[in-house]
Amino acid sequence: METGSVNSSASSNKTRSQSPLQEQLLQRRSSRENLDRFIPNRSAMDFDYARYMLTEARKGKENPAANSSPSRDAYRKQLAEALNMNRTRILAFKNKPPTPTESILNEFASAANQAKPSKPRRHIPQTSERTLDAPDIVDDYYLNLLDWGSSNVLSIALGNTVYMWDASNGATSELVTIDEENGPVTSVKWAPDGRHIAVGLNNSEVQLWDSTANKLLRTLKGGHGSRVGALDWNNHILTTGGMDGQIINNDVRVRAHIVETYRGHHQEVCGLKWSASGQQLASGGNDNLLHIWDRSIASSNSPTQWLHRLEEHTAAVKALAWCPFQGNLLASGGGGGDRCIKFWNTHTGACLNSVDTGSQVCALLWNKNERELLSSHGFTQNQLTLWKYPSMVKMAELTGHTSRVLFMVQSPDGCTVASAAGDETLRFWNVFGTPEVAKPAPKTNSEPFAHLNRIR
Amino acid sequence: MASRTATKDIITLRGSAAIVSEFFGYAANSILYNRGIYPEESFAKVKKYGLPMLLTQDEGVKSFISKLTAQLSEWLETGKLQRVVLVIMSKATGEVFERWNFSIETDSEVVDKGVSREKSDKEIMREIQAIMRQIASSITYLPCLDEPCVFDVLAYTDKDVAAPFTWIESDPKLISNPQMVKLHSFDTKIHKVDTLVSYKNDEWDE
Repeated sequence: METGSVNSSASSNKTRSQSPLQEQLLQRRSSRENLDRFIPNRSAMDFDYARYMLTEARKGKENPAANSSPSRDAYRKQLAEALNMNRTRILAFKNKPPTPTESILNEFASAANQAKPSKPRRHIPQTSERTLDAPDIVDDYYLNLLDWGSSNVLSIALGNTVYMWDASNGATSELVTIDEENGPVTSVKWAPDGRHIAVGLNNSEVQLWDSTANKLLRTLKGGHGSRVGALDWNNHILTTGGMDGQIINNDVRVRAHIVETYRGHHQEVCGLKWSASGQQLASGGNDNLLHIWDRSIASSNSPTQWLHRLEEHTAAVKALAWCPFQGNLLASGGGGGDRCIKFWNTHTGACLNSVDTGSQVCALLWNKNERELLSSHGFTQNQLTLWKYPSMVKMAELTGHTSRVLFMVQSPDGCTVASAAGDETLRFWNVFGTPEVAKPAPKTNSEPFAHLNRIR
Repeated sequence: MASRTATKDIITLRGSAAIVSEFFGYAANSILYNRGIYPEESFAKVKKYGLPMLLTQDEGVKSFISKLTAQLSEWLETGKLQRVVLVIMSKATGEVFERWNFSIETDSEVVDKGVSREKSDKEIMREIQAIMRQIASSITYLPCLDEPCVFDVLAYTDKDVAAPFTWIESDPKLISNPQMVKLHSFDTKIHKVDTLVSYKNDEWDE
């Protein structure tokens, strides 16, 4: 008996428009989700949304000005995108139930069971707190010329020179000036100890400096064939990403420093970020690809295979940021042809959400204290946008730069953000709030929901 | 009918949330037993809803379900829970075989204003009993699950819900070309729960 039949038009529209979000997982199935007889696929339909679109959506269009707050506009915009699951979050319990045959003892995450914070909205100053000059900064999207180390010293590469600015006293000093033929400097990254710093050059070498002694410790050569535009540290491993599309893990303690090579990108690697656990590496390239590499799939000699290859972006992926409060959640931003911020579950490779920001996304930063995401943009506003997560409502837009905000980092205390642009300014923003006592997650509960057993 | 005593029939938001999450716990256990996800010997009989209900004795599964129901209860009280889905997948391939979909409609007036509703306990029990019977009898038409399976539970919530760290974002784990059967629903006058099971078409049916 034939079970496939005519789709009702409302539901077919929904499944079609579901595809941007659904693409990832539907590829695993042999045929597309199909609907049936009189009853459309209820388990995938959102009746509330359908009702809203049929009745209230019209009212909304006629009165756009009436009681519109930014959240309402964002909400309306999201509905207008006609993406089905936009209002809904789908959550699964992190610790899966044991599989039937073996009796696995589940270790339950000692949960930081966050009570819903009911703090008043903090004031976010709309202008930069401080502006410094950054002459000769290279206006190239694919470089990473700014970093703020854990010792509270900010380093910025201007042309062939790397400068250091001590945030505690405002003192500036020069670390190194590279020779013309080797420069300009294409990337800088502080090591986790806040003392050592890696400097990537246009000639494909990477220099390792001790900033307190002002001494060059070693130069990593022979790995890349062209400039090194992206760097990230994972303890003693320095990962370098080059214009040749290679990503190399270097163990800086060892003479033969090349430990592993990740091959997957076929154009310049411009974004490189290790997850907080150091287990996964996210890399973005000019080839519009976003790769997730996992250390547990390491192989000694042959080039390592990626865990996920995510092709949803339609422009270069430079902005990458791992979520500090939710494991396996990665935010990525696309360049001028894409302009979207996408959220990924790096465990399954599923795209959880995609938001069109309207402007090239150059950098992304998560707020360590609140559930917020900051993105920096280019044409036309050159603004920094603060989003509430997960609703993706715009909380603030900070303007001031007069050209695209290519580089953005945050201070070690997580309160200040520094941004630099081709307009040769380095600006500081108090966007993440004032330093206060960090909310200690209540780890006293041994059983996460022990206090919730109620009897009617 | 005997005369109803007024106090017994008042349902508060908290009480309704407890009823629904408790229902879910028993329904999940029943599904696990009837579909053979866990061996029959690992279940014990208890009396509930006027029926002999089977509850798993496996510590891991028990605590998974109890944590789940506690969290569902919390979400139900805020009115942010839209549906709960119990997914049955192949252990080997992760392919989804069955989806037990419990959609929840919350009376937002109760959530916002904190009023309570009236409905007889007995009647709610009767409605739940009907659903439990249907779940048990579903094995007559659901395709056999030949290979070892695992289950998972998805919660569809509103976007602005603050999820505790033990919950991660997930994809919907849909079935392509599903067959669907709608079961009875029950209503506490504050939460209305609809049950639907969708399953993968058996190759025979084509």
